[in-house]
Amino acid sequence: MSRGLHPLSPQPSPPSGAREPGTLSPQGRGQGEGWRHRFRAVRHVTFTIGFVITLALLATAALSLVYTPRDPLEMSISGRLQGPSQAHRLGTDQFGRDLLSRIMTGAVTSILVGVIAVGIGMGIGVGLGMLSGYFGGWLDEGFMRLMDAIQGFPAILSALLMAAVFRPSLAISMVAIGVAFLPVFARLTRASFLEFRDREFVLAARALGAGDVALIARHILPNTLPPLIVQATISFPVAILAEAALSYLGLGTQPPHPSWGLMLKESQAFLGMNPWYAVFPGSAIAVTVLGLNLLGDGLRDLLDPKLSG
Amino acid sequence: MRRYLLRRVAALLATLFFVSVLVFIVVHVLPGDPALIIIGPEGSPEAAARLREAMGLDRPLPVQYADWVGHALRGDLGRSIQYDVPVASLVLSRLQVTLPLTLLAGGFMVAAAVPLGVFAATRHRRLPDYVTMALSQLGVAVPGFWAGLLLILLFSVRLGWVQSGGFDGWGQGVWPAVKSLLLPAVALGFFQFAVLARTTRSAVLEVLREEYVKTARAKGVGETSVLFRHTLGNAMIPILTVAGIQLGQLMAGSIILESVFYLPGLGRLALGAISARDLPVVQGVVLFVASMIVMINVAVDILYGVLDPRIRYE
Repeated sequence: MSRGLHPLSPQPSPPSGAREPGTLSPQGRGQGEGWRHRFRAVRHVTFTIGFVITLALLATAALSLVYTPRDPLEMSISGRLQGPSQAHRLGTDQFGRDLLSRIMTGAVTSILVGVIAVGIGMGIGVGLGMLSGYFGGWLDEGFMRLMDAIQGFPAILSALLMAAVFRPSLAISMVAIGVAFLPVFARLTRASFLEFRDREFVLAARALGAGDVALIARHILPNTLPPLIVQATISFPVAILAEAALSYLGLGTQPPHPSWGLMLKESQAFLGMNPWYAVFPGSAIAVTVLGLNLLGDGLRDLLDPKLSG
Repeated sequence: MRRYLLRRVAALLATLFFVSVLVFIVVHVLPGDPALIIIGPEGSPEAAARLREAMGLDRPLPVQYADWVGHALRGDLGRSIQYDVPVASLVLSRLQVTLPLTLLAGGFMVAAAVPLGVFAATRHRRLPDYVTMALSQLGVAVPGFWAGLLLILLFSVRLGWVQSGGFDGWGQGVWPAVKSLLLPAVALGFFQFAVLARTTRSAVLEVLREEYVKTARAKGVGETSVLFRHTLGNAMIPILTVAGIQLGQLMAGSIILESVFYLPGLGRLALGAISARDLPVVQGVVLFVASMIVMINVAVDILYGVLDPRIRYE
């Protein structure tokens, strides 16, 4: 197979905003132009809505670390499966625990899984993609077949296998989701490296005596960052969805720790008695994912207007 | 075409080899002893040692791998500890739920996404376009299993039209079986529809901007003919790419929806096997589903070559 991607494989975004030596970084632009950039971000409706929702999610998670209306683990047998009320704004679960407090605490779990899973996928994927794109040949071919194989393992399959060998846990769900992200980060990095490794500024640096490590770290890698940042933003909500699904199946967060997916699992047996129990955690997932998706779309448009649909 | 096919098949074999290695590594090489997993913490070290010997786990890893793959290639995925039957027969029997569910969800996905995507593209930057895009954003954000719960809440708990889950098998007739799969298929397809609708919209928009479409219009060809004869065929490759990838995702997604609707498919088989420490069943299900996903991806690759001769000569 040629070193290039199959033309119709899902194409990673071409790196945008490639900086060659001598050009100015966005930080190096004039003050007026910097303002124009910032203003463009604020005027972008998708980005702004996504940013506000994401900010609300982060604020909720941060607040839950110091304050929740009730203790999310405090049970009350007399107050089980209540609908929304003054005492419990979003109602209670089958143990009388406050749903609002549990949803707030669940936000921390979601963010944690998102950050760690994307970190695992990005960290290892970028490393493999770098080696693959820079050195090419059999190494590239081998890594790409490995990525094809990993693509056959959605997070759910890896989690099933790992849960059978170890025990179902939050850590396992993070690793399983992270592994599922490897191919997209590896292919994206590889495509950027293939594009940049023969560009004039790289050849010039090589001619001036730069070694492989310097070429990769100082000249090529910085140029691959914009699409990687966009991909990380797009992957974050996917990780949150995957964690919710794995927790729903009992392969992720374990009781009594609050997780939105686990709350949905527990609500299923009580759909007829307190439907709000299923509505609120699901809404938390949907609004969070919607916000992060809008933020990712907006960021992609701002960083690479060519890709906006 | 033959060379293209051979290249794709060679890539498929290499990928399947890596799939089998990954499954083997997780079960046999990562910390954790399969014999101890099966026998549980209450088993004595002597019993674990006997089981290890009986399962051939005391042999070198490459020998164990070759033995396991050799059997898998002949359709022997081992024997279930919980049910004491061959894993392959369990997988095949549960496939009678997972496969129709996946295909039904795929059907819903394509039936909803492609017309909607085309409709949005032909009304670019007008209300129908914005509504479609908003719907697709919502579709991506709503998890399939939550959509499933909401459908149960509406159609089963509130309206009482359908059962909240369960599957009586195909013995009672096709319609009762399909009826049990309808809600899960809708819930599963809705989530995946969003991505395909957006892809269809972008692909059709791109082709509509091509010179030959402008030429066709200039020559007086009607809009219907422009859309169906000149545009859709050329927009099909990205649509097929995403639909193919989505089909694999649907198969994985059906594992989750089976739990929501209590369907006895591959997913519930694997989840039950985890609780029962039935390692051969989990290993067999994962190997089977991962191989299916990889094969679907390669089949889509081959289809490109059939649809677009330029790709065969790359």
